Amino acid sequence: MSCADETSLGARRGIGRALLADPMGLAGLVIVVLFLSMAVFAPWIAPYDPIALDVKAKFQTPSAAHWAGTDHLGRDLLSRIIWGARLALGIAITSVGIAGGLGLILGLVAGYGPRWLDGLLVLVFDSMSSLPMIFFALAVITVLGPGTATLILVIVLVSFPAYARLIRTQTLALAGADFILAERVMGAGTARILLRHLLPNVTGPLVILLCMDIPVVIMLEAGLSYLNLGVKPPAPSWGNMLSEGYNALRQAPHVVVVAGIPLVLATLGFTFLGEGLRDVLDPRGAGRRWG
Amino acid sequence: MLDYAIRRVGLSLLILIVVMTAMYGMVFLVPGDPASLALGPRATPELKEALRERMGLDQPILTQIAYFFANVLQGDLGVDVWSKRPVLEQILEVFPNTLLLGVVALGWALVTGILLGCAAVVWRDTWVDRLLGVLSVSVISVPSFVVAIYGLIVFAVWLNWLPAIGAGETGDPASQLRALILPAFAVGIGWVGYLARLVRASMLEVMEAPHIRTARAFGMRERDIVLRHALRVAIVPTISILAVGFGSILSSAVFVESVFSRPGIGTLITGAVEKRNYPVVMGTVLFMTAFYLAVVTAADLLIARLDPRVRDVLRG
Repeated sequence: MSCADETSLGARRGIGRALLADPMGLAGLVIVVLFLSMAVFAPWIAPYDPIALDVKAKFQTPSAAHWAGTDHLGRDLLSRIIWGARLALGIAITSVGIAGGLGLILGLVAGYGPRWLDGLLVLVFDSMSSLPMIFFALAVITVLGPGTATLILVIVLVSFPAYARLIRTQTLALAGADFILAERVMGAGTARILLRHLLPNVTGPLVILLCMDIPVVIMLEAGLSYLNLGVKPPAPSWGNMLSEGYNALRQAPHVVVVAGIPLVLATLGFTFLGEGLRDVLDPRGAGRRWG
Repeated sequence: MLDYAIRRVGLSLLILIVVMTAMYGMVFLVPGDPASLALGPRATPELKEALRERMGLDQPILTQIAYFFANVLQGDLGVDVWSKRPVLEQILEVFPNTLLLGVVALGWALVTGILLGCAAVVWRDTWVDRLLGVLSVSVISVPSFVVAIYGLIVFAVWLNWLPAIGAGETGDPASQLRALILPAFAVGIGWVGYLARLVRASMLEVMEAPHIRTARAFGMRERDIVLRHALRVAIVPTISILAVGFGSILSSAVFVESVFSRPGIGTLITGAVEKRNYPVVMGTVLFMTAFYLAVVTAADLLIARLDPRVRDVLRG
């Protein structure tokens, strides 16, 4: 156990160094840290209340008082962007975390459980990942009505099958390995094998996949909020800001231009970081996902 | 081959049935019924009852599902709650717009992506390769609807070169083409990056093959080797990924259509979701799922026909 710890610690130090040496990974890291601090320290760094109205000051272009200008209700755009980071990252991390946990459990069950259960679960995973994600998401939103809780549920539902399939493949590959067989011969129970031996070995690739999915989820949240089917206004979601800016496109184009910037930067940052991490941790590129 | 084809098509049909049953079942798992949700809080009980009856909600759930499948097999996807128009009619009216957008977006992405991928291989490990690498990742990660909005601001509002909304005048191909440029650009741009990377990766693998080594030994120019000999082999995995990629193209199309108020499947379904127009949402989801499964299945069959090794996979 202590030996395993030392190697993973050494490997981790190597990861840090390798990531810093890669300019793209470093840029990603910087952007991600920036957005994470915006999310964590939003109440202290945001200059204004993100939903406080000041209709007299509407559609102001960037100035010393409002660095990013104001929107159609006179709300400070910079404050909305900062609070929006908290919203976007909060939703992304929550939903990807839940989906990762669910995928982990179902993947282990499918890969190590009885064959009939495996067949059934694989059919479910295949069915869920074989329909274009967005249409499935829209169907769920129709039934439950738009809102933050629905949004998180939708993201969990569309993303867990990919995680579960990854874990299942990993588990299947490991289940026949010598060290697992040896454990079984020595009389280890299923729970012990699953938790002590399979779990630590299958989580690495999952973590990479989860990291790479965060920008996808940020995008989905903003997209659905843009369509007024995600986070409800007046919450400062980047998608809501884009939608409000779009409606005032000809009057005050700066609103929509400003609202797009954090979204572009955040997705770029997380993708760069994910790419960097993957190159360092998984040189063969097994954790790739598209769709 | 026939054996494989039957299994593959059977699997797709099974998936379609599972998906639709799950969707239909989902409606009944939530508190409140679709009729009162669609009508809003101020609806009278009589109105609700009438709508419930029209939607068939007064029948037991299994009967409803059976009716639903029977109707679908007859090409009846139900009737719009509000306009009372058949859902299939509405879908078929706008579907060509979405299909055109998807095909044109994929087409330009394919041509550009393959060319950039080849360029990265020809100039591999130089600044060109590295620049293309960073550009590819960047365009992959930027949301298509943000590209659409920025494109609209620059080319439609500021420069006024292209129309900001709609799909062009019917019967006027020139105006339809002009209305297609910005949406197709926004939907396809991410795939340019993705395909460039894919082509580069599979090409570098092919470059190790014996026939390439022979070509090199004969002193052929690197550019000719890449374009004439390596590309032919390297393009096969690209084709297999295109069918799956069509799904994500359709997802981007939903958002982009909405930015440009372009009539299509995306604007149809998002409008219906807002009004809780269940028949339209369900019908569109069913139609698009079936379409997507058909594309993926057809691609799998094509690949199996080209590559016998694939056929054995489903045999288990």
